[in-house]
Amino acid sequence: MSWDATEEPWAEPATARLRQQPAAPGSDPGHLPRLLPDGFTADPTSLADHLARYGPPARASGRRQREELIAEVDRAGLAGRGGAGFPTGRKLAAVAERRRAVVVGNGTEGEPISAKDKVLMAQSPHLVLDGAAVAADLVGAAEAIIVAHPAVGDIMAAAAAERKRARMDRARLSVVPAADRFVAGEASAVVHWLERGMPKPKATPQRLSERGLHGRPTLVQNVETLAHLALIARYGAGWFRGVGTRREPGSMLVTVAGAVGDPGVYDVAIGTPVGQVLDLAGGPAGPIGALLIGGYFGSWVDAARAAPLPLSDEGLRAVGAGVGAGLLAALPADSCGLVETARIARYLAAESAGQCGPCVFGLDAIAGQLERLADGRGADLAKLSRWIGQVGAGRGACKHPDGTVGMVASALEAFAGEIDQHRAGWCSGTAGRAGVLPVPSWSQR
Amino acid sequence: MKLRADMIACDGRGLCAEVLPELIVLDDWGFPIITGAVPDDLADQAREAVRICPRLAIRLER
Repeated sequence: MSWDATEEPWAEPATARLRQQPAAPGSDPGHLPRLLPDGFTADPTSLADHLARYGPPARASGRRQREELIAEVDRAGLAGRGGAGFPTGRKLAAVAERRRAVVVGNGTEGEPISAKDKVLMAQSPHLVLDGAAVAADLVGAAEAIIVAHPAVGDIMAAAAAERKRARMDRARLSVVPAADRFVAGEASAVVHWLERGMPKPKATPQRLSERGLHGRPTLVQNVETLAHLALIARYGAGWFRGVGTRREPGSMLVTVAGAVGDPGVYDVAIGTPVGQVLDLAGGPAGPIGALLIGGYFGSWVDAARAAPLPLSDEGLRAVGAGVGAGLLAALPADSCGLVETARIARYLAAESAGQCGPCVFGLDAIAGQLERLADGRGADLAKLSRWIGQVGAGRGACKHPDGTVGMVASALEAFAGEIDQHRAGWCSGTAGRAGVLPVPSWSQR
Repeated sequence: MKLRADMIACDGRGLCAEVLPELIVLDDWGFPIITGAVPDDLADQAREAVRICPRLAIRLER
């Protein structure tokens, strides 16, 4: 199977929009990219270029203005872009009603296959910082801390310093390098990292919006969410809803990885068909068997089934998937989905924070069965499915076990044919690859 | 009322499941799975399960 633009009905020329001439983003809601620079750039956008493109940042001072802007964010329908998709307006309102709040911009992006937050921070650092400043205004915070992946920490810190010199922001903006671990991006783990240098989720029954960093009400928002917030504050809800679907408005950053011609990060309208998003990334580089949608906590889906579906939670629900943290990974048809799944599961088992029993023992056991399945020794599928049920029942301090077994369950369904083949002594992984998707090993750290 | 197990605190001693097998079963590694809300006639046993946990990992919530 391959995707040929001349025969597939969903392969409309979507690239036209992406390659338009630069325009003032505020004047044309349909213009993409919204968050990333128009055209290639090697350097982070300077403060001057940033202001020239987007205009002056919006400010909300006084209670009435704040309430109006929070209502505007609600109308925009902005949902968190870190994977959980929580409505941003509601989160803002919950923190805004409390005193001594603090804002944390989450740019940890611990998922090895995801690049969208790093690319955003590397190319548009001021958009993220604008959003952090707006969020601080909205919740009455004196301080906003951006926790940035170590790869882009210097860029973000330089941008924050540039703003300080220009006296741009009322709130104090600072940048702290993130812990480079998978679970470090979980919201309570980010707070724990800032407090004590331990990037592990906390078991506090209280919400971070009530009792977060050093006991203060804390707004934790993904950095892409902050960038969208900065633009909603400037151009309004109507502009924001100019692309996307009615239920999931706006654009999103998508990391397209694996077997495509031009892997990278793309700024796409939510609801764009999956096949079109792959085409933006140069199209499939050879026959594709399956897609991993949403990330390592996402779902494996047969590529031909997924291609015509809109890239939105609503559109992907039919195949049991969701947009997650905005990731599409294309698996070549000549590599083995069971091998990939076993490798990812083993990595995620090792990335457990090591705090909760079902995660520590369960993920290790599940990864072990998957390895048997992958290498042809044969696995106990009844046991595997029992463990998936036990480990994924929402029992942990965070969703690491749940996310992992969700991905594993989707693999058992998507690669059911491959499981039969392995039983018969055959494997689709004929390309001789040890593995396609990136899983950092401890020796590389 | 609802039982909640703090999985960070829990180390799988399993006393809770002995006291309250109606509502707590153990997974394959000995960690509790809470199967439902606490009915009135099991309230005393639920309080006993909270009290008996050596890791103070079980809570009873309204």
